[in-house]
Amino acid sequence: MVENRPFTQFMAYLTLALGIVIVVFPVYLAIMASTFDAATIINGNMPLTPGDQAGENYSRALFYGGVHAREPVGGMMLNSMIMALGIAIGKILISILSAYAVVYFKFPFRKTAFWIIFITLMLPVEVRIYPTYKIVADLGLLDTYTGLIMPLIASATGTLLFRQFFMTIPDELLEASKIDGAGAFRFFKDTLLPLSMTTIAALFVIQFIYGWNQYLWPLLITTKSSMQTIVIGIKKMITTTDALTEWQIAMTTAVLAMLPPVLVVIFMQRLFVKGLVETEK
Amino acid sequence: MEKRAHFSGWTLPLLLIVPQMAITVIFFYWPASQAIWQSFLREDAFGLSSEFVGFENYVSLFEQPEYYRAMVTTAIFSSLVAFFSLACALLLATQADKNLRGGHAFKTLLIWPYAVAPAIAGVLWIFMFHPTLGTLSRPIKAVGLDWNPMLNGNHAMTLLVLSATWKQISYNFLFFLAGLQAIPKSVIEAAAIDGAGPLRRFWTVIFPLLSPTTFFLLVVNIVYVFFDTFGIIDAVTGGGPAGTTTTLVYKVYADGRLGGDLGGSAAQSVILMIIVIALTAIQFRYVERKVQY
Repeated sequence: MVENRPFTQFMAYLTLALGIVIVVFPVYLAIMASTFDAATIINGNMPLTPGDQAGENYSRALFYGGVHAREPVGGMMLNSMIMALGIAIGKILISILSAYAVVYFKFPFRKTAFWIIFITLMLPVEVRIYPTYKIVADLGLLDTYTGLIMPLIASATGTLLFRQFFMTIPDELLEASKIDGAGAFRFFKDTLLPLSMTTIAALFVIQFIYGWNQYLWPLLITTKSSMQTIVIGIKKMITTTDALTEWQIAMTTAVLAMLPPVLVVIFMQRLFVKGLVETEK
Repeated sequence: MEKRAHFSGWTLPLLLIVPQMAITVIFFYWPASQAIWQSFLREDAFGLSSEFVGFENYVSLFEQPEYYRAMVTTAIFSSLVAFFSLACALLLATQADKNLRGGHAFKTLLIWPYAVAPAIAGVLWIFMFHPTLGTLSRPIKAVGLDWNPMLNGNHAMTLLVLSATWKQISYNFLFFLAGLQAIPKSVIEAAAIDGAGPLRRFWTVIFPLLSPTTFFLLVVNIVYVFFDTFGIIDAVTGGGPAGTTTTLVYKVYADGRLGGDLGGSAAQSVILMIIVIALTAIQFRYVERKVQY
C-alpha cells in the first residue's frame, strides 16, 4: 500500500478478523453441537464450549445412524466418496482424451465435435433433470453408482481446460517427438501426460468438491437408503416435525460431511485456486 | 488457434472422442431434447398416454400467479445474494490486499466455505437460527421480534439469503483478490501522489479497474443463485412457508415430482434453459475480449 498508517492496518486486521468470525461461527457451532447430548441442545441453551458427548455422537453416527433413518453415516460417506472420485476421475479421463483428439489430430467433423461438446457448458443438470432421470431409469441405472456418476460427467469444462492447456504447449515438442519416431500413443504418454500433471490435479480437486457436494441428482435417483450420499442423508435427519430431529446426530453428520472437501481445499490450496480460476475462464 | 503439427489418420481421434461424445449425447442432448418435446405434450393423470398440445403448457404456465411469484422470488433472492456476497467479498479482499503479516492465513481461513455443500450450509444456518433452539434466535427474540423462519416468509427468505451469501463470499473473495493483485501498483501510487486519499483512490481508480472481475462475478453469482442454491432451499425451507421461497428451479422440481405435472415442468425447464443460455452468451461476449485461447 501507499501509506502505511497504523490505523489503516488496524482496521484491516479488524475487518478480516470480523469476516473470519462470521465465516467460522456456523461451523464452530455445529462442531460444538456434535459434542452434546440431545437434551442440552433441545432446551435452547447450548453452551459455546465443548461438551463430553463427542465420542458417543461420532461413533453412533458413523456406525449406527439416526433413530429414524437407521443408516450408518460411514456407509453414506463411502457412497459420497465413490461418487466424488468417479466424477473426478471419469471427467478427467474422457476429457483429456477428447481434448487430445481435438487439438492434435485433423479429422472430419472436428469442429462440429468440438461444438457439440462445448454447448454442454451452457446447461447445468438442473434444467434437464426429469428427462435425464427418465433415461437413467430406462437404462436401469437407478440406485447404481454408474447412474449417480455418468450424467454429471457430461460437461465440457474439462475438455475446454485441457484444450486450452494443450494450445500453450509449443509445436516444437510434437515435431521433435515425431522426428524421434514417436507415434500418437508415445507422444501422449511420454510428453503430454507428464506436462499435464498440474492441470489434472487442479481439475481433480475442483471436480472432487463438485461431486461430493451434489444434491439434486442423488436426491432423485437414489431410492434405497443404502445408496444415499451423506449430503442427502443429513437432509433426511432433519425432520419437519421438530420433536423428532436428533440435532446432535444431524450436526455430527454435518461435520463429517464437510470434512473431506474442506480438508482438500486447505491442504491443496494452490491446486484448488488454480483449478477454480482456470475452469471458470 | 490451430496447431502447426498434427498426427494423421482419423480412426484414432474418433476412438478418443467417442467416450465423451457418447456420454454427452446420452445424458445431455437426449434429455435436453426430451425436455423440449415434453413441453409440448400433455400426459394424462396416470402417465399412460400423452397428446400434443402445442404451446398450451407455456400458456397455462404464464396464467399461473404462482409462476410470477416464483419469478419475483428468484429475482429478489438472486439480487440480494449477489449484492451482499459481492460487497462483503470486495471489502474483505481490499483489506487482505494490504501487505499484512499473516496474509496467507487470512486467505485460507476465508476460502474454505467454498467446499461446504449448499445443503449443508443451509443445515448449519437453520441450526443457528432455529426458532426454539437456535443460539442466535435467543438475542433476536430478546429484542422482541417474533423470529420464526418456519412460519414467516420474510424470515425464511432472510435465512436463505444469509446462508447463500455465506457460502458464496469465499468464491467472490478469491476472484476479487486476484483482480486486485493484478492492478499495477504504479497506478495507485500515481493517484496517491496527486493527493487522492484511500477512499477516493478506491472509487476512482481501483473500482473501475476491477469492473471486468465484478461483471464476471455478477453473472456467475446469478447462475449460482439460480441453480446451486437448490440444496439450500430444499434443506432450509422446502420452498415454504406457503410457497414464499419457491424459486424457478425449485418449482421445476416441485411441479414435476410432487405435482406430477411433467409437461408444465418441462416447459419451465425450457424457459430456464433460455435464461441460462442468455446469461452465458453475455458472459462469453465479455470473456472473448479478455481471454486468449
